[in-house]
Amino acid sequence: MTKLFKYLKPYIWSIIAVFFLTIIQVGVNLELPGYMARIIDEGIMENQTDIIFSVGFIMLSISLAGAVCIVLAGYLAARIATGFAMVVREKVFDKVHDFSLVEFNRFSTSSLITRSTNDIQQIQTIVFMMLRIMLVAPLTAAGAIFQAYRTAPSMTWIMGLAVFVIIGVVVLLWSIVMPKFKLLQKLIDRLNLVTRENLSGLRVIRAFNAEKYEEKKFNQANLDLVDLNLFLNRLLALIQPLMTLISSFAMIMVIWVGARLIGDGSFLVGDMIAFMQYLTLVLFGFMMMSMIFIMLPRAMVSGGRVADVLASEPAIKEPLKSCSFKPGAPAIEFRDVTFAYPEAEYPVLKNITFIAESGKTTALIGSTGSGKSTLLHLITRFYDVSFGHVLIEGVDVRQLKFTDLYGRLGYVPQKGVLFSGTIGSNIKYGAPQADDYRAHAAASVAQASEFIDKTKEGLEASIAQGGTNVSGGQKQRLSIARALVKKPDIFLFDDSFSALDFRTDVALRQALKTETAQATVLIVAQRINTVMNADKIIVLDKGKISGIGKHLDLLKNCAVYKEIALSQLSKEELYKY
Amino acid sequence: MSSNNNKKENKAGIPPMRGPGHMIRIEKAKDFKSTMKNLIFHLKPFWISLIAVIVFAFLSTAFNIMSPKILGNMTNQIVSNYMDIKAYDSGVSVGPSEVRPGINFDSLSQTVLILSILYLLSALFGYIQGWLMAVVAQKITYDFRRAISKKINRLPLKYFDSKSHGDILSRVINDIDTLNQTLNQGLTQIVTAITTLLGILIMMFWISWLMTLVALLLLPLSMGVISVIIKKSQKYFKRQQDSLGRINGHIEEMYSGHHIVKVFNGKKSSLNKFRSINNEMYDSAWKAQFLSGLMWPLMSFFGNLGYVGVSVFGGFLAYQGRVNIGDIQAFIQYTRQFNQPIIQAANVANVLQSTAAAAERVFEFLSEAEEIPDIKNLIELSSVQGRVEFRDVIFGYETEKPVIKGLNVVVEPGKRIAIVGPTGAGKTTIVNLLLRFYDIQSGAILVDGIDIRRLKRAHLRRLFGMVLQDAWLFNGTIKENIAYGFKSATEEKIIAAAEAAHADQFIRTLPGGYNMELNEETDNISQGEKQLLTIARVMLIDPPILILDEATSSVDTRTEVLIQKAMNKLMAGRTSFVIAHRLSTIRNADMILVINNGNIIEQGKHEELISRQGFYTSLYNSQFALV
Repeated sequence: MTKLFKYLKPYIWSIIAVFFLTIIQVGVNLELPGYMARIIDEGIMENQTDIIFSVGFIMLSISLAGAVCIVLAGYLAARIATGFAMVVREKVFDKVHDFSLVEFNRFSTSSLITRSTNDIQQIQTIVFMMLRIMLVAPLTAAGAIFQAYRTAPSMTWIMGLAVFVIIGVVVLLWSIVMPKFKLLQKLIDRLNLVTRENLSGLRVIRAFNAEKYEEKKFNQANLDLVDLNLFLNRLLALIQPLMTLISSFAMIMVIWVGARLIGDGSFLVGDMIAFMQYLTLVLFGFMMMSMIFIMLPRAMVSGGRVADVLASEPAIKEPLKSCSFKPGAPAIEFRDVTFAYPEAEYPVLKNITFIAESGKTTALIGSTGSGKSTLLHLITRFYDVSFGHVLIEGVDVRQLKFTDLYGRLGYVPQKGVLFSGTIGSNIKYGAPQADDYRAHAAASVAQASEFIDKTKEGLEASIAQGGTNVSGGQKQRLSIARALVKKPDIFLFDDSFSALDFRTDVALRQALKTETAQATVLIVAQRINTVMNADKIIVLDKGKISGIGKHLDLLKNCAVYKEIALSQLSKEELYKY
Repeated sequence: MSSNNNKKENKAGIPPMRGPGHMIRIEKAKDFKSTMKNLIFHLKPFWISLIAVIVFAFLSTAFNIMSPKILGNMTNQIVSNYMDIKAYDSGVSVGPSEVRPGINFDSLSQTVLILSILYLLSALFGYIQGWLMAVVAQKITYDFRRAISKKINRLPLKYFDSKSHGDILSRVINDIDTLNQTLNQGLTQIVTAITTLLGILIMMFWISWLMTLVALLLLPLSMGVISVIIKKSQKYFKRQQDSLGRINGHIEEMYSGHHIVKVFNGKKSSLNKFRSINNEMYDSAWKAQFLSGLMWPLMSFFGNLGYVGVSVFGGFLAYQGRVNIGDIQAFIQYTRQFNQPIIQAANVANVLQSTAAAAERVFEFLSEAEEIPDIKNLIELSSVQGRVEFRDVIFGYETEKPVIKGLNVVVEPGKRIAIVGPTGAGKTTIVNLLLRFYDIQSGAILVDGIDIRRLKRAHLRRLFGMVLQDAWLFNGTIKENIAYGFKSATEEKIIAAAEAAHADQFIRTLPGGYNMELNEETDNISQGEKQLLTIARVMLIDPPILILDEATSSVDTRTEVLIQKAMNKLMAGRTSFVIAHRLSTIRNADMILVINNGNIIEQGKHEELISRQGFYTSLYNSQFALV
């Protein structure tokens, strides 16, 4: 959390101003009882009306001054807290953009989202509170104690006792409650889980007549939660009455002891009443402070989490300058590439060497976990190789600026990812300068024209956040169109056809063939009929290349390929072509 | 921080902390009145507790309000004693006594005693009230959750197909939580606020109506200022909330599509969009923060004004001998307390609004139409052959748009039906009808010649074994998962079923074997292994009819072979409906139903359909087209 404070630097003068304004504000609150004591002791007791009014006028003016200070301090604090949050939010967002998949996996996407949203909101709130209450409460408490001591040194012990008891009660209650709150979170998660399971398994639950069983599970989770909640609420219900009780008895003690002093003639009535006001202020200050101490740990956690993001250096860095491409070099070359995920024991790819010739189609096939997608991720630099080189037109990808590298690539991911906006804005995402004609052409190759035309707005039809208003197959087709519009030299298809039915798959690949005739294509696939006709097929098994060749060669020579093929098609179908 | 801890951080939990004067965004119920009526109806069983809550809250507050006046009386006594002392000291003795008068501690201690009792009672009653309210709130919460859980299993599947799970989850967790909290505080707040307000007014008038008028002069002013600020700040809060929603959306989108942003060089445009929303948000955020932060200091300013007014005016009146000093002291305490119930009252209105909004959503869910109940004279099939017949079946998810128009199929016992069609063609419709997840509009579906609507749903569903592609398992041991349809199965039977499903082998390699616990996401075993478990689950219940959904591509080749074997074993001798992706399954089927756009457009055996040169032919050929 403290690491984040450097972003408060531009606000240093505002913060100092808030500090002084707060001192004035607290000072006003502390002065008032003294003036009131004068009204009583000098005005009323001594029968002097002019003192009553002149002191009253002073009280009114300093109240006003105090109010002005409060408003100013509030204004500055609001600007500081929200401005600080704005800056931190942007820093985090910018940083996350530079993260590679290594960092995304380490933090997890959902956690990065929480860190950029909720955590920063939390920090904003706590900074505002710190600037207001954190300053006001201790200043008030300290000032009130000082004033009280000045008015009646022999009675200050009452104040100390009351504060001590209040702190004791708060500490005691929270030491019981805090651990239970963690448990509460677990029980809520449990209830959440049980409900989620019930909803996601509706068909299975009904098919197996397990409704009663699910209800029983839910009921148990419900009971546990309710029991704990009851315990906590009963405990928390103690706070209010206890606090009132403590301050009330402190008041009685002040009057009782005060009466003795007044009887001795060493104390004035007005001072006693003022002392009671100070007591109220002190207790108020300490209650506020205990509130802060309850909230602070959570905010510290949020702060730490945000600072963690800002402190991590992306594992993959952009070079300052690009090397120039070597004409005539193969489009993609893997030179003895080995790759292990961070902290993994074994590499997922071992000694991979192959060439994807320019203008040809190269296919990668293998079962799940064979490392095919990972291989593509080395080209796009989502990860960097552990050993060896990945070359694009003769240049190591690590020696290319991102714009140069990505300018060459048309990448279609496994799962279609769209952004909110329109169909058009999504298709043109990689080439904003493209016109509608080009977008339509790409859509038609990607077999997306049919459903685009079905919408009234065509390219202007809106896409909801995360593309939730189109189906998986439609998303996939739009993300293919998005890669096509770029007219890249190299296409990377990461198992991009599996969400499509066979008919669309076939039509799409036929259309792609003419469109990508000049380009280099690298396809990752699980379906054998997607790769059958590639110029070169590379078979991956457990991170190693177990065969390179054409379909019929591999059927003859590569056991892994044959096994995959036979699990999907029958013999006669395989040798049909 | 490990990513493990992070998975759950976003779920509902301890309510987020709020700053001083921070306002919750208030949601309004569509029909406040009838929702409240309904809620009160649900509160009826607790009326004794609730009346007790009201009485105790009232008494606790009333005692609390009496005390400043009594404290004031103590001061008055001290002052008059003090005056006597002063008079004696200055020689103008008024009393007959020659002794120097002192403070009368006897009467003072009596007052202290009374006061102490009042304080203690007030605290005690306050606590009893809080205790009772907690019990009522928890009981109601429990009942509501339970009702929702039962409701989930009584609603027709149609309902869930049109509603997101998130929506229902949010009713079970968030809405009920809101209800719990507002119930816990709402009623108490109302009673306390009203009692305090009235009580203080009475006490103030009792002490001095003149001073009360002075104090009340400020009331319309402070109320006016507060309402203006609330209105203004709510406007900005809403705006801030909107930008917050948009910025969260953008962050979520950019992070989850991070790889696309990267490869398409989209960072700049993403940052630009972010900056513009971020700036908008800052603009509304600081205003909202500032205005809502003003509430509390302004209240204290008005408090100070009242304080000054009472001190001066009270001082003047005291000088004239019309009030006592103790009265001024009491009065100051009262004016300080006076603002609190006003803020509370403003708050109560909001609390009621969000209670109603939450309650409305819960009631809405609870009043959804349930599945048509089973008819009266049910038939119990004793031994089932597994003959299934569709007779003139007409069905549509929406009544006006039938997707199955007059289906006639007879499936003899032990035969295999393949259901084929492109993705999203509606292949699960048949499953929905067979298990009566949906009811057909006309015609009949018969099992062994009996209309399935004449069977109890539970009984009908026991006849079917179902293996779906999204292998649904739950957080529990492997054993519990296999025994899901047959809870009392012995260990031997469970193992036998697993062996038959070719699952025993891999289960025994797992840590804990059959007692290994599947985690909450059930992703600590592979997709293929999950599939094998769902097959074992069906093996165990040994049903006469099967519904199978063949896996497409997410399974590795070796497990795939095992699944294939297990499914074949399962199908032997049972009538089976297979949603088929594998050509061998399709060609070996006794009948193929070809589905497109929800309709059954062709039916017959493989050779028949191929020779027809229709949709099936092109679907089949596309598999092997030369590309």
